[in-house]
Amino acid sequence: MPETEPTDPFVIAGTVVGSRLLLGTGGMQSPESLAAALIASGTSLATVAVRRVDPGTRHSLVDLLEGLGIRILPNTAGCFTAADAVLTARLAREAFATDWVKLEVIGDDRTLLPDPIELVAAAEQLADDGFVVLPYCGDDPVVARRLEQVGCAAVMPLGAPIGSGLGIRNPHNIELIVEQSGVPVVLDAGIGTASDACRAMELGCSAVLVASAVTRAEDPALMAGAMRDAVAAGRAARLAGRISRRFVAEASSSFEGLVGGGMTIPGPG
Amino acid sequence: MSPGDRHDVVVIGGGIIGMAVAWRAAATGRSVAVVDPEPGRGATWAAAGMLAPVAEAQFGEGDLAVLNLAAAAAWPVFAHDLEAATGREVHYRDDGTLVVAGGPSDRAATDRVLAFHQAMGLPAVRLGARACREAEPLLAPGVSGGVDLPADHQVDNRAVALALEAACRAAGVDFVADRAERIEVADGRVLGVVLEHGGPQSADAVVLAAGSRSGALAGLPEAWRPPVRPVRGVTVRLQAPDGVPRLRRTVRALVHGRSCYLVPRDDGGLVLGATVEERGFALDVPLGGLADLVDDARRVVPALDEYCVVEVTPGLRPGSPDNGPIVGSTPVDGLVVATGHFRNGVLLAPVTADEVVRLLVARADGAAAAPGPFDAFRPDRFVAAAAAP
Repeated sequence: MPETEPTDPFVIAGTVVGSRLLLGTGGMQSPESLAAALIASGTSLATVAVRRVDPGTRHSLVDLLEGLGIRILPNTAGCFTAADAVLTARLAREAFATDWVKLEVIGDDRTLLPDPIELVAAAEQLADDGFVVLPYCGDDPVVARRLEQVGCAAVMPLGAPIGSGLGIRNPHNIELIVEQSGVPVVLDAGIGTASDACRAMELGCSAVLVASAVTRAEDPALMAGAMRDAVAAGRAARLAGRISRRFVAEASSSFEGLVGGGMTIPGPG
Repeated sequence: MSPGDRHDVVVIGGGIIGMAVAWRAAATGRSVAVVDPEPGRGATWAAAGMLAPVAEAQFGEGDLAVLNLAAAAAWPVFAHDLEAATGREVHYRDDGTLVVAGGPSDRAATDRVLAFHQAMGLPAVRLGARACREAEPLLAPGVSGGVDLPADHQVDNRAVALALEAACRAAGVDFVADRAERIEVADGRVLGVVLEHGGPQSADAVVLAAGSRSGALAGLPEAWRPPVRPVRGVTVRLQAPDGVPRLRRTVRALVHGRSCYLVPRDDGGLVLGATVEERGFALDVPLGGLADLVDDARRVVPALDEYCVVEVTPGLRPGSPDNGPIVGSTPVDGLVVATGHFRNGVLLAPVTADEVVRLLVARADGAAAAPGPFDAFRPDRFVAAAAAP
């Protein structure tokens, strides 16, 4: 099962989140295909765009998530200013009865890259207001640190632009963010396939959020299961401690201790 | 109760589905009433009238694609019958649909769908950018190529709605300008419909065809309440002034990953659509979605700048959990459901009407309905899912 092992819990703001795979629900083809993907992913936390979903409608996304026992993480998708995002987050707190928010403040319509200045301003206000703020940010370690300093409960750097499926374009920056952060790092955006999610976990991210890679796959449930396994594999690999990289081979069987001594290099013939 | 309040069939909802059912049922000699405060003015009025079995064939929805193909094949005869019955034109056009990609990334996406369509054996032909612009000279130079879908046709959905209403009236169908509030059921059998304002309508059979509101009716057995939700779509009706060039045929475009369509009418009208918004029953038009739609369309067909805005129309698609329609009998004797047609209501109207009439006739004959094209789209598929752990 995808549940986090008790020995390795994933904790945000003191709350154990049952899975290290978060799902975005935008772009679903049908409620049924999304439900199958959610189940296959094993996720326990899924984002919902506050501005695009009416929580009161029957048979809506919200009904579906509640039916599956998946916690709703409202996001402020579609906001371009701090004021807009703060207002949307407050509406979400009323509508979805949660003070968790995935904070998105977009700075460019075409690339959907986040606006770091508006983002930090909104994060500060919301954190002061008691929200558990999970900001979607660029892969700039300085911005990530500022977000943590103003009180965010996690940071969610992108691997690549939203929906691009380009994977992790700057893995070194992600590692820098992981290395400096005292809060969980959730890789958000850019995941195209399972190996990207695995890589994020190997780089030390605490969790991964995927949306388009699953909802727009030919078989969303199959891809969701692949993501679940990839996240588990990447997390295990991170914990296991990978070997160092070497320029040339190092034989996997050591010659030391062999009969006849360890210093003789076998030659051809 | 006056005799006028008793019918063989009461159809709840006078959209294209309900009116098609009423018309076809009346042709079997049944007395029929349609209950709707404004027949034909819901999703039917907002739609664009695309008959698109191929463009709407999505990954993992093979059964629906098969049904949609059968539905498209039924349209020419249906349109002909309707025109013959009313003397009105419904502007059925079989000149095909052009899918275009707004840029290289969009081309990759249309190619991916094209491969899927070709693997299903659907008629779809890849076109280069030049071939697209030869087929449709109004396309922008930046268009990166596309796909020809010769089997995706169109009809003027508003002309169809008006013709259906006329055909129904000519066939003796009564229109009750009211909203159905509750279905009356006793001993497992439907008795009729209670209206919001008027008196009760008693019936031997009730057809629930209320689109996105089909789940809200009181009196339905809870497990059999159709799980439909409103999915708002906004369309824009434009008119080409004299001297402004017109599109030759339907163009569907993918621009920065967003879809839009442009459906030209014979009179220089053009329907641009559509947003996809899950915001409950509100018939609002947020500017952002509308602006994106207009931007995307102008990027693909720059000449649109000269077109004039006639109307902006929000409508509510009846979405089902698997995007397929919900058509069939229920355990309540005499209650037939015909809803959940989502993006394909106009396309599916003729075959839905045939199916509902087939079920009504089989019931009257005391026979079980033979297998048919809607077997994968019965209401019980969601009941079973809900009963599972």
